[in-house]
Amino acid sequence: MDGLSGPEFRHVGLNLQDHPSLTTQQVESNIFGFWVFLMSDAVIFALLFAVYGTMLVGTAGGPGPAQEFKIGPAFLETLILLTSSFTFGMASMSMKYGRSALGLFCWLLVTLFLGLAFLGMELNDFAAMFAHGAVPQRSGFLSSFFVLVGMHGLHVTAGALWIIVMMVQICVFGLDARVKINIIRLGLFWHFLDVVWVVIFSVVYLQGLMR
Amino acid sequence: MLGNLTFDALPFVRAWHSPSINEIIGAGAGAVVIIGAICTFALITRLGKWRYLWTEWMTSVDHKKIGIMYVLIAFVMLSRALMEAVLIRMQQAVAIQTPGFIEPNHFAQLFSTHGSIMIFFMAMPFLTGLINYVVPLQIGARDVAFPSLNSVSLWLTAGGSGLMMASLVVGEFSTGGWSGYPPYTELNYSGGVGPDYWIWAVTLSSLGSMFVGINVAVTLYKLRAPGMSWMRMPLFCWTSLCTAILMIFAMPALTVATLLLAADRYLGMHFFTDSLGGNMMNYVNLFWLFGHPEVYILVLPAFGVFSEVVSAFSSKELYGYTSLVLATLAIAVLSFTVWVHHFFTMGQGANVNAVFGIATMIIGIPTGVKIYDWIWTMFRGEVRFTPPMLFSIAFMVTFVIGGFTGIILATPPLDYLVHNTLFLVAHFHNMLIPGLLYGMIAGYQYWFPKAFGFRLSERWGRIAFVCWVVGFYLAFMPLYVLGAAGMARRTQEVFDPTFRPWLIAALCGALVLFAGLASLFIQLWVSIRDRHANGVPVGDPWDARGLEWATSSPPPEYNFATIPHVSNLDAFYWRKRNNGAYHPADHYRDITLPGNTSMGVIIGVAAAFCAFGLIWHIWWLAGLSVLIILGSWIARSFSRDTERIVSAAEVERIDRAWLAQAAAARPVPRQLEENAANEGLAEWMA
Repeated sequence: MDGLSGPEFRHVGLNLQDHPSLTTQQVESNIFGFWVFLMSDAVIFALLFAVYGTMLVGTAGGPGPAQEFKIGPAFLETLILLTSSFTFGMASMSMKYGRSALGLFCWLLVTLFLGLAFLGMELNDFAAMFAHGAVPQRSGFLSSFFVLVGMHGLHVTAGALWIIVMMVQICVFGLDARVKINIIRLGLFWHFLDVVWVVIFSVVYLQGLMR
Repeated sequence: MLGNLTFDALPFVRAWHSPSINEIIGAGAGAVVIIGAICTFALITRLGKWRYLWTEWMTSVDHKKIGIMYVLIAFVMLSRALMEAVLIRMQQAVAIQTPGFIEPNHFAQLFSTHGSIMIFFMAMPFLTGLINYVVPLQIGARDVAFPSLNSVSLWLTAGGSGLMMASLVVGEFSTGGWSGYPPYTELNYSGGVGPDYWIWAVTLSSLGSMFVGINVAVTLYKLRAPGMSWMRMPLFCWTSLCTAILMIFAMPALTVATLLLAADRYLGMHFFTDSLGGNMMNYVNLFWLFGHPEVYILVLPAFGVFSEVVSAFSSKELYGYTSLVLATLAIAVLSFTVWVHHFFTMGQGANVNAVFGIATMIIGIPTGVKIYDWIWTMFRGEVRFTPPMLFSIAFMVTFVIGGFTGIILATPPLDYLVHNTLFLVAHFHNMLIPGLLYGMIAGYQYWFPKAFGFRLSERWGRIAFVCWVVGFYLAFMPLYVLGAAGMARRTQEVFDPTFRPWLIAALCGALVLFAGLASLFIQLWVSIRDRHANGVPVGDPWDARGLEWATSSPPPEYNFATIPHVSNLDAFYWRKRNNGAYHPADHYRDITLPGNTSMGVIIGVAAAFCAFGLIWHIWWLAGLSVLIILGSWIARSFSRDTERIVSAAEVERIDRAWLAQAAAARPVPRQLEENAANEGLAEWMA
């Protein structure tokens, strides 16, 4: 089993076995650093979830979860985002096994498309809530809802921008080491957003509609 | 075009309209900032040093230069915040049954800036600077893991400091204290730009600190020299690691707290308002969920410094290395379990208070372990009373007193009696002045010869030591008395005349502390003047133990000609004793170093402008700055020419020149280390 824990298996697509140990060490610390950043980011989400939890009661007579959340769109958004995580997985696989950068490029494009579709649907949900008067200024509960879910949306936007930058870089540089490392980090980021969304779906939407 | 910015925002205009002493002090402070800035610019221009500054310092990603710039920021901000402290003490000493010379609103700004600066723009840059400078050298690395991110962190801190300075000249600062509690800092009760200055300055610095945490932690995890296992790391590295981990996990809580407060103030949301479902206790929890670990972010690096200093100047291996490591880890973990002791009186019930009170007291155990370890390190050692050692000993005595008063405050019933009085103020100054500032000053004096190649004047170091210690006791022991007698903190006017002698004593203490700061500057001046007599180019002036002493002073930009292999604790000490130091390498190789980048400066400056735009509602400026930040970040990711190679021949030339210097130097026994004969080559004594 020892051979399976080497860096070439931990970092899909980098094909590190031919590189000198110094490069391997560099790559290891680059990617480990991003994991650490994600831990810090996870703390931000954890705190926003905690704030949301304490503010469920703070509706101040305004709209509550049950009136405003719609399970249909939320479920569809979940499916879209989960699929985009799958397509990013395919992108990583084609970076590792593909003979050209084209497969990677196409899978990134699909992922980007799904990410944008998710954002579009989310904005549509928000607009519908705004139309009912469920605006963030209405109550502490709505403030915390929009900030928590909006923060995730902001992250997805950043991820989408990052995908576009990487697609341009693939065209400019091909698959050089820095592009590959960045795509691995982008992948971690994208899957992380998926995990956060699963928690949002369970804690915010499902719980809100059960009440 | 300029949002809410009007001429009335300038203190000079206000002083012109209503020339009271209060306004003149404000205008004077603003003038000092402006004149200082103009003089600095003029001096640099006159000396023709802009290009040098830009290429060698501002765009540098060398961890050593970044560390030095951090410490520079810390000293500038320390000067300002200490002057404010003197002003606060003056006001209270004279304002007994009279309004004094500083009006309430101005006084509230004074204690808010004093606290905010001392924590975020003095303490944090100081410890970050020391960590940045020392840690890569101690673990035998060439740089930190993310050199350009390091530059971004520095310039975010610089941007935040710039905002603090701007608040003196344009507009006003928050009156809500350094912790900025809503609902007072909400629009309804505090409508001006003050809280916005506080929010954005703190946000910039907390983002910078989070990046520092990531950088330092990854550096320590991944870049240690071959053979340097965890239990062979110097103790300063251990405390830096724990500090970094605390930064990674605690800083986001502050970012969330300030940004949610901003959401309330800018977007009309209701997180912490007193109506429409807002919950201000959430802020208090979020703030102290950061704020308590912050205390240990501040104190742990100082513990690391004391460990290095006590060991070096006692000429002994650190006593109980393993227990010191375990105590550091225990403190880091426990620091997350006690935040509620900052608000025992806010109604969470007796059981919660009891749990958090006991958790708080438990921290005394690992801290006590450390104090005993340092004392045992000195025991039967050959102790030399150099300035860093003096500061360390003063720390041990003074910090224990602070610990005792901490136990008083950690007992909820007693806390009910003295919370929000000067007793609390005395307590946290009693922890942070010895536990942070003495440590930083000791570290600065200990590593200064490493950074610049000459020793600091020991005579002026001792004078500074006397001032800092006497000043501390004179300034803060009276506050314990006043607090126990019930004098509230942050009081602009005092009504009980029996407080007068204590307040005057405290004022004298503040003035002595100011003399301590002045002595540090004189020390620097005198040492630069006498730098040729005090040069220690060989690099080991204290017969010290860690790898940072195994290179020349100042070290070459790549730190080590060859990465050392480590086989035990105190690697350099072992090599000296076994004749393994000061040898040329078998084989010199090309060294790859990160190249300079302007990304850090651009992002830091743009972030400061973005914040300034937000503070004054100049939306185009804020938007443009965000675009610049994103643009320079993306542009940097397209750059492929980010490295630079120092050739093997160049490395060999520099290394052999240094070795020749070492061979020619006269070894000096440690008793004569304060003598001009000390060239940085310690005599190898058993």
